Formats: sequence, C-alpha cells, structure tokens
Amino acid sequence: MSRVVTLKINGQDVSGREDESILDVARENGIEIPTLCQLDGLSNVGACRLCLVEIVGVSRLLPACVTRVAEGMEVNTESERLLRYRRMIVEMLFSEGNHVCPVCISNGHCELQDTAIALQINHIGMPYRFPVRQVDASHARYGLDPNRCILCTRCVRVCDEIEGAHTWDIMGRGIASQLVTDLATPWGESETCTSCGKCVQICPTGALFIKGKSVGEMTKRPDFLPYLAMMRNRKNGS
Amino acid sequence: MHLEDLQRITEEHHAAEAGLKHVLYVCSGTACQSSRSDEVVKALQAELKARGLEATCEVRQGGCQGLCARGPMAALDQGKVVYQHLTPEDAPTVVETLDSQPPDHLQLPSTMPFFTRQVRIATQIAGLLDPNELNSYIAAGGYQALLDALSNKTSNEVLQEIVRSNLRGRGGAGYPTGLKWSTVAKAPQTPKYVVVNGDEGDPGAFMDRSLMEDYPFRVLEGMTLAAYAVGASYGYIYVRAEYPLAVKRLQSAIKQAQKQNLLGSNIAGTTFSFNVEIRLGAGAFVCGEETALIASIEGGRGTPRPRPPYPAESGLWGKPTLINNVETMANIVPIIQNGGEWFAEIGTEKSKGTKVFALSGRINNTGLIEVPMGITLREIIFEIGGGIPDGKRFKAVQTGGPSGGCIPEQYLDMPVDYESLASIGSIMGSGGMIVMDETSCMVDVAKYFMEFSMAESCGKCVPCRVGTAQMYDLLCKISEGRATLDDLVLLESLCDMVKHTSLCGLGQAAPNPVVSTLRYFRDEYLAHITEKRCAAGVCQIKHEPLEVHS
Repeated sequence: MSRVVTLKINGQDVSGREDESILDVARENGIEIPTLCQLDGLSNVGACRLCLVEIVGVSRLLPACVTRVAEGMEVNTESERLLRYRRMIVEMLFSEGNHVCPVCISNGHCELQDTAIALQINHIGMPYRFPVRQVDASHARYGLDPNRCILCTRCVRVCDEIEGAHTWDIMGRGIASQLVTDLATPWGESETCTSCGKCVQICPTGALFIKGKSVGEMTKRPDFLPYLAMMRNRKNGS
Repeated sequence: MHLEDLQRITEEHHAAEAGLKHVLYVCSGTACQSSRSDEVVKALQAELKARGLEATCEVRQGGCQGLCARGPMAALDQGKVVYQHLTPEDAPTVVETLDSQPPDHLQLPSTMPFFTRQVRIATQIAGLLDPNELNSYIAAGGYQALLDALSNKTSNEVLQEIVRSNLRGRGGAGYPTGLKWSTVAKAPQTPKYVVVNGDEGDPGAFMDRSLMEDYPFRVLEGMTLAAYAVGASYGYIYVRAEYPLAVKRLQSAIKQAQKQNLLGSNIAGTTFSFNVEIRLGAGAFVCGEETALIASIEGGRGTPRPRPPYPAESGLWGKPTLINNVETMANIVPIIQNGGEWFAEIGTEKSKGTKVFALSGRINNTGLIEVPMGITLREIIFEIGGGIPDGKRFKAVQTGGPSGGCIPEQYLDMPVDYESLASIGSIMGSGGMIVMDETSCMVDVAKYFMEFSMAESCGKCVPCRVGTAQMYDLLCKISEGRATLDDLVLLESLCDMVKHTSLCGLGQAAPNPVVSTLRYFRDEYLAHITEKRCAAGVCQIKHEPLEVHS
C-alpha cells in the first residue's frame, strides 16, 4: 500500500499518493504542465522534456511525468527559466520538421500547435532545417506524414503496450531518427499491423491521419486509452 | 583452486623462469600490433632458434608499455632494457646484444620521465606478463586477493575496504565507488548483477581498451570481488565491438578462469558463485551511458531512461545492478591487497589514487600513462609527455572527450582532480587527453566535438536531438565566416538550454566543448564572425565575391 504524502506545488498545498507522479498530482489540482510525449495509459519515457520542473533542494530539473511525489517536496512549475526552456523545446520541434499549419489536416486540433499557442510562441528563433521526408500513403486507410512527426513515440508505445503488435519503432539515431513500420517496410505492406488505428488516434500532430480528411478536418480521439489501459491492468492483476 | 594451488603455480612458474637467461615481452596491444609487433615476435623467435638459444631465452607476447609513439616496444627481463621502434629486421641485432648493451636507436633510457614519473596501480605490471596466460597472472600475485577474501573476509569487510579507499568511478563522473557498492549491497531484491562498462567511445581515449587487452584477469578478479561484496550472482562485461582483441582476450580469460574454478559455481570451494558473460556493443556511443547500456544488454534499443530510479536500485531486468568502469575494476585488486588506507594516501583530498590517461594529439610521447591524482597538467604534458613536437606553441588540452572542455595554458599548473577540472569547465572524463598547439582552431575543435555528439545522440529527447544539430549548424556557419553576432547569442542560449534540459549525460555534457572554448578563446570566435578570419588557418572561410564596378 502506498502512503499518502503532502507537498507544495507553486506554493499551493496539495496531497498525493506516494506512487503518483508530480504531473498526476498537479493535474488533479488544476495546475497545468505542458507535455507532448506523455499520455495517460501509456508508459512514460520522459523524452519531450516539456514537463521539466524545479524542485527545491535538487540541482537538476526533473521531468514531472516520471518523478514521484514525496513528503515535504516543494515543486515549482512556472519559473521564468522553465518557460524559456519550454518555448525553446517547442521551437526546436518546429524547426526540426516541416510543420506548415495552414495546410495541415490537424490544423486547429493539434497538440503541438496548442502547446505553442499556450506558450505564446509567435516566431521560431532558430533556423528551420527543412528535412526531406517521404510521405507513406501505402496503407489502405491511414497515412503517415513524417514531416509532421515530433518523435514522441506515443504510436510506438500504444502499438506495443496496448495493441501488442509492435509495428512501429524508431530507426536511426539523433537528428536522423525516424518512425518506421516493421523493418522499415511501407506501412501498407506491414505484416504485423492490425489496422486498429490506435496510433492515429493518439498521435499529437497530423503525422498519422485517416485518409480522406482535408485541412483542419482530422480530429483525434485519444480518450479510449485510459479505459483500455485500466482493463488491461485489471486483467494482469495489478 | 585454493590458496595453496596459487602458491604451487607461482613456485612452478618461478622455477621455470629461473632456468631462462632472458625473457623478452613484446607489446601485443592493438597499437603495437598495427605496427607489426606480431612479425617482430616471430622474427625474434626464429632468430633465437637459428642461434640455438631457444632453451635459455624466450620471446613472448606481453602487454602495453605505454609509449605507443615509439612502438612496437618490448621489455627485457622485467624492464631492465626497454626497446623501441622494433622491426622484424632488427631481430639479429636484438638477439646479438641480449647480454650486452643494445644500440641506442633501439633502446629507451630507463631514466626517461615518461617512466620515472608514473605511478602504476591500475596498470601495475600489465606490460610484464602474458595477457593470454592465467598462470602468468597468478605468478605475478593474481587471484591472491580474491581467494583470501573468499576464505577470510566477509563481503562487508571487502566493501568497507573500498569505502575506506575513497575510490571514485573512473568512467568520468567520479561517483564514489564504495557508496555505489553499498547501495547495491543494501538493495533488497535478488538476483543482483555486476556490469563492467567497457564501451569506451570518447575520441582519443584508449585506457580501457589497453586494460582489457593487457590485464583481462585483473578486470575479472576485480569484478568477482565486487560481486562478492554486493552479493551479485551474475555479471556482464559490455565491450564495444570495435575492440576485437580485447574481446578475444577477455573471452579466453573467462574460459581459463572457469576451468580453474575461479569463476562459476562454488568458486574455490566456497558457497559463492559468480558467472560472467561478454556483451558486445554495436557501435553506439550513447551505450556508455549506464541506462542505455542496460537497455542494450537487455536486447533493446540503446536509449537512456530517466533516473531515478538508479541502476543500483533498479537496473538490468529491474534488479539491483552495479555498473563500474573497466579502470575502476582494475583498481579493486590492489585496494583489497594493500588496504583502503594505502590507496587513500595517494592523490588529493577528494580524489584518491591514480588515473590512467591516454595522451594523444600534438604531443611527443603519445601513449598511455598512469599518474597520481594531483599531478599538474604541465607535468603530464611537458615532462611525461615530452612537450609539443616541432617547436610549436602549446594552445590547449582537451580532457573528457565530447563531454569535456578545452583547458588553456593559464591552468597548466593546476593539480588534476575531479573538482579542479570541473571548476574550469572541463571534466576528468574517462581519461582521454588531446593536446593541441597553435595549428588548431578552437572553433573547429568545438565543431568537431559537436558533430560527434550530434551523430551519437540517440534521438530520444528533443533538446539533445535537435539542439546538437542546431548548434552544429551554427558552428559550421561561424567556421565558414557566414555567422553574425546574433548567431553567437543563439549558440550560447542553446548551450545553456541543452545542458539543463537533456535527458542523459550525453546531451547534458554536449555543450561543454563549446562553452569552454567560448570561455577561453572567445576572441577566436569573434575573429571568425567579425573579421572573417581563422588565425590557425584551419577553417575554410567563404568570402563574399568581390563586387566589380564597371
């Protein structure tokens, strides 16, 4: 059994269970911390670094999604420095791919766009890299536009952890990392893909989409995930 | 195998040696092999045979003598004479002069500061034994520490010895080894694992390679002692695949140790069992980071994960795991033999013992050295290292590889330890030291290391994946003379951001080469930006075409 602890987030007294993350407790108390790779129901990888927070007495910044709460902890989620870093992270994501919102099917329903707006980003302070990336439209129902991919690996995790197919994975390293199906075969030729569409629904941007949608028409419904994850955990007896 | 057996093997070995007039160990490390030391051994053996001396003189493969620049090297009769630049053609001369004085061009004076200023603990007698032979190691006192510990000391006594020694991790960060060991020892879960990190990937670093090649049994014995101290039952040695000789020697060492019951079930008839397996890296630098290394051993993609939990609590397959660098493990046996206090007397207040450094770059005595902590950089570079070749001027020394920084001349007299190097913006790192003279451009050096970090970033977290690429692009712009002062401002803010937000050590340390060169050689950056000039003449500045007025 986990103990219950009390802590301070941005000066506000809150309580949480010892096995909860700072992010969980913050959200329960209406404190918003931006995230892009984290999604309830999936394992946490701490990769996007948007949820970094300051903890009194800890010299490093720690990701709220994987850091457990502790008794007497004092967390700060809103310092000037954290805001600056968060803006830079989002700017980096925009500079890395080819994100052109006006022609994107997810325009208006995009988590990357929403995060940028919430952080009041009105320009990108570093050079665009303009990578050359091929669209994969070989699947009958879905498409992948890697130009809009931010490598959050939600699709990799949902396919592996929830669907159990592990069709998606990351190939290459560093700035050359890219999303692949199976052993870098076209999606439509994948032998493991069950065409369940979970990856499309949880993709935060327009990188994974349902064919036939036009600009701004692609809305995602990731709400199924916490329920599925809960049922799976119950079946596994945890 | 028991203590009495060690005694017997040692006596037999010494008796056999006593019948020999001369024993010559020719370095068989990777560096000397690449300059034909194998052929030298064969030529010398043939020459001995031709003269009918093979019964009284022996030529054997030995370990590294350290001075790679003068290779192939060899040591006669426990280092009485040290040979340099041997070629197969020199064999007749060498054999002829075995009893007398060899010609000067083949000999290195034993009074050279390179030899006299070193203190060798981790590499102790690595050059004077046969790395392929367990008996050669035993005759040199090997496995005494382990068998004595297993029969006369509790695991906690072994652990306390390491705690008392104040040994700190030699992989780079300098975490107290004793603290790490006791954390693993106290972790309640079982089984526990011991992992030796031999994924040495820094450009200009070859300390671990040499230790694994020349002293495989020393690493194994240290590892077994570690397993005994923390209560581990299984171990992995993670070696990069680019070190084929190290892998071969370790494999042979594991096999021989297993055969003699120095590894495996019920070691030396005690209740302690420990087995070891080698895992090969597939070329990713990031796998030297402990959580990425664990992922790689488990068979996954070599990417780090956030810490805590630390591997000491939850490592390989979620079990408590002790991860130590090769050089750390090579220090365990002498500490157990001589006591923690003995080790703690060497070095500075906070950094004890010795450190192995790999000297490379613009320095006369390229090679491997082991020096006590607290020695100054000037002593290392100008006395042991023999200074800068061709009468050039010293400019900077780079320590710690892509995670370290460049140290300028004004800090040459500072004693070397973990804290002092960190205070001037570099790190101890694993021990690579790249010396640079006035022909090096510091912008180009920063660009080189940033390219390395960019290529080796795993791509998992955004700051490291995108940040290193952005910083590399900016450094290219500066070195090509296309940058503005605004670019410099952006570069500095990227350095700060990547350092504080990256997931693992690779990203957190990736800006260091830029930060340290900006700190000490800012004028060079400014010369590239405002004057479009590279003082060292390294960077290819692209000048705007001249406007032609008609």
